[in-house]
Amino acid sequence: MDSPNTDLIQGTLDMLILKALSLGPMHGFGVARRIEQVSRGVFKVNPGSLLTAFQRLERAGWLDSEWDDTDNSRRAKFYKLTRSGRKQLEVETTDWMRRVSAVARLLKDEG
Amino acid sequence: MSVWRQLKHGFRVLTDRRASDQAITNEAQDFIDRTMEEFIARGLSPEDARRAARIECGSAFNIRDDVRGHGWENTVEALIADLRYAGRRMRAAPGFTALTVFTLALGIGATAAIFSVVKPILIEPLPYPNASRIVTIWGTRRDGGRNEVAFGTVNEISQKTRSFDSLAAIRGWQPTMTSAGAPERFQGQRVSASYFRTLGVAPAIGQDFRKEDDLGNGPHVALLSDALWHRRFAGDAAVIGSSITLDGQAYTVIGIMPARFENVAAPDAEIWAPLQYDMSQGGRVWGHHLRLVARLRDGIGIDQASKELNIFWPAFLMEHPKDLFNDGLAVLSLQDALTSGVRPALNVIIVSVLLVLLIACVNVTHLLLARGSRRRGEFAVRTALGAGRARMIRQLLTESVLLAAFGGALGIFFAEAGAQALVALSPPSLPRVGNIAIDGSVLAFSVVVTTLVGFGFGLFPAFQASRQLQAGLTRQSRSVAGGHRRMRSTLVVAEVSFAFVLLVSAGLLLRSMERLIEISPGLRTANLLTMQVQTSGPRFREAAVTYAFFDRALEAARHVPGITSAAFTSQLPISGDSEAYGVSLESNPDQKDVEIRSAFRYAVSPSYFNTTGIPLLRGRLLDEEDRAGGPLVAVVSDSLARHRFHGTEAIGKRVRIGPLDGPLYTIVGVVGDIKQLSLLDTEPDAIYTTPTQWRFSDNMMTLVVSAQGNAAALAPALRMAIWSVDKNQPIVRVATMDQLLARSVAERRFVMILVTAFAVVALLLAAAGVYGVLSGSVAERIREIGVRSALGATPRSILGLVLRQGVTLTLLGTVIGITAAAAGTRALTTLLFGVSHLDVVTYVGVCLLLLAFSAAACWVPAWRASRVDPGITLRSE
Repeated sequence: MDSPNTDLIQGTLDMLILKALSLGPMHGFGVARRIEQVSRGVFKVNPGSLLTAFQRLERAGWLDSEWDDTDNSRRAKFYKLTRSGRKQLEVETTDWMRRVSAVARLLKDEG
Repeated sequence: MSVWRQLKHGFRVLTDRRASDQAITNEAQDFIDRTMEEFIARGLSPEDARRAARIECGSAFNIRDDVRGHGWENTVEALIADLRYAGRRMRAAPGFTALTVFTLALGIGATAAIFSVVKPILIEPLPYPNASRIVTIWGTRRDGGRNEVAFGTVNEISQKTRSFDSLAAIRGWQPTMTSAGAPERFQGQRVSASYFRTLGVAPAIGQDFRKEDDLGNGPHVALLSDALWHRRFAGDAAVIGSSITLDGQAYTVIGIMPARFENVAAPDAEIWAPLQYDMSQGGRVWGHHLRLVARLRDGIGIDQASKELNIFWPAFLMEHPKDLFNDGLAVLSLQDALTSGVRPALNVIIVSVLLVLLIACVNVTHLLLARGSRRRGEFAVRTALGAGRARMIRQLLTESVLLAAFGGALGIFFAEAGAQALVALSPPSLPRVGNIAIDGSVLAFSVVVTTLVGFGFGLFPAFQASRQLQAGLTRQSRSVAGGHRRMRSTLVVAEVSFAFVLLVSAGLLLRSMERLIEISPGLRTANLLTMQVQTSGPRFREAAVTYAFFDRALEAARHVPGITSAAFTSQLPISGDSEAYGVSLESNPDQKDVEIRSAFRYAVSPSYFNTTGIPLLRGRLLDEEDRAGGPLVAVVSDSLARHRFHGTEAIGKRVRIGPLDGPLYTIVGVVGDIKQLSLLDTEPDAIYTTPTQWRFSDNMMTLVVSAQGNAAALAPALRMAIWSVDKNQPIVRVATMDQLLARSVAERRFVMILVTAFAVVALLLAAAGVYGVLSGSVAERIREIGVRSALGATPRSILGLVLRQGVTLTLLGTVIGITAAAAGTRALTTLLFGVSHLDVVTYVGVCLLLLAFSAAACWVPAWRASRVDPGITLRSE
């Protein structure tokens, strides 16, 4: 039942969502598309894990949500980063960068 | 912040699951719609786009199910569902539920009630700051007993030892207040000025005693308890600094103790005044009537303090070789000193109640097992519908915890009633009775017990049931049913053996009580009424006035109709009075190497012996001629005569009572022994003089009257008669001799009643257990029994078959019980009297009782088995 997220390393989805939302409020579909576009299709996000992640992040206090009108007068649920969400994104980004460069160094050494 | 959001979101879901589901579905649908639009934008037909979106995203409902499974509220929801289901199951079987809940309520209620009694005594620290640092110091006797100490000793300890921060001596004090309203005698204490500081409490209003208040001719000052202040002075703060008259002398009230102050050493004391020992008497080392409390210096343990006193004592004896009573000094924590007396009794009660709880749990386990085998079909359906093993166990545990919770809730009511009954029954020796209550901590304790009990008795049947399912869903898995039955038989055997231990304990206590009551106190108890009369006021400082008052009071009492004889005594047997003096023979003025025995000292009217029926053995009784100025004479008890004169005639010998420079008394008679402290007394040495020949005038005497018929009814008339002599003299402690006797065995009776009650409950529960197992087994073996009777077994032989099964279980339980009781009842020995803990009569009696009960419990299922119609059972297969 847990971790329905097959395409992403556990935990990175949260970070990517925060990153996507750091540009401005967006609805779920927009977030999914942005992640796919920016990653050039490397990451595909399925709606089940996306909405679950939204719920988790919202409960953690990193996101706020609100139903709002969209372009063609349909309503959608918009998510926006809270202040603590922005802080969390910074923390996670630094953390991630540190890991990635460490792994990269290791791989270079091995190679 | 985030915890709060977690809760908020979770609760929003819990309160309106449908709305939150709808919101997720909407959001998912929006996602799908937008995916679809994207496909359309790429040129797909609406139909194809819908399909593609569906393939990519799944259905909105699938997404919703995916999303909603996260979050804490789901666990809660599952629990609520389990509870609902458990509730439905309980309602479906009301008989089972009622029986289970009642059994558990008995066990939990009894345990909680006992816990409420034990908690303030054994568990809670005394209500003082750093209570564990407060100790008492006692003199130790050669026979291991404890003695109070003399002022000289207190003084020397406080000057020459370094283990204690502060030290205070206390003695009882019963002043009579004559100022405001009717005269009233209070229970009070004379204490060293440092008493309250030693305990670590200060008056709520006003001031504590100062050191200079405690000198020989110090000021008359008093502290009042909050209760007394409210009762007699309407809680008026103006009483501070005002004067009240106690025993005819003016005392200034200097303070009020806080309402929550609990004086554990003398719970009924309401008024305190400084001890004001007159040091001009020199370090008095006789008159052992002081209790000593002290606060240990920081970093000093009880052991170190004891060690220091052990070094101090020989040096002290060198200077004061005349401490005839004490062999040494002992330091005990105040809590231990207070509770050590009742501890063995409480331990027995605790173990008994735990056994009852255990038996109750075993019984409920039984019921659950029996029900589990009946619910096999239901379990099979649930498993078929996809419930995993863990899920099943969780469900069954929820049911048992819910049962336990109901049992616990009902148990609290039982506990409340039980605690009240315990307080009503409690013997005077039970400390801190005022603190017995079903309070928060007792409730918390009950919740813990209930949870443990719920898991304890639920776990095994839950595993059993789920294992049965694993073993296969065959309708009758024989091996499993067999193992199941064996388990239940084991439980019954355990139950019977626990009940056996309890019954033997109860039996032993009952027989001890029987023996104890058979002991003669040495005096006639029927139709004897006693009351304590005290003189109060400065004019009684004149001995002659006191004597005259008591003479006239006695004369007045004799004239009350219905009274056959009356007498005064300075102390009353079996009443809690305990005044003893060392008695030394004239031939041995220097007692150093002679065994010192103390004897109870009585100043009695000559008519005392006739009134109480204490028989004269040799010589003569005291008479009216033995008065002040005449030759000093004494009458001694048979025991004293035998112990001290080693076969030579006591009559005519001369003895000193108390200090070794005191006057000599000639022994003129020997009377029968009486029990002074309790029926268990083994040292009834006693010496009697007339009041006027004693060294000082006793101002507290007990009137003893023997009456024709009901003595208790004469109390009002006697009171009036005494008050006709002087209406200011308080009369207290009115009791018949029979009541005093009953009170003296109250603690044993308390333990006996409790253990007997527990044993009866255990017996009934065990019988119910035997019944349950047998009727279950008869139900399971109905086919076998049908076959047997089809093959020619008579109803009688089938009856025998079932009975044998039941009796075998009981016998097995009994055998184990005998072993357990033989080992376990050793803990009872201090509470037994006149019977060994291996008393054969008790054991045999309990065996027979248990067998009779289990036979009765077996009878119904056995009878049912014998009536099985083979035709019907065989056809029903």
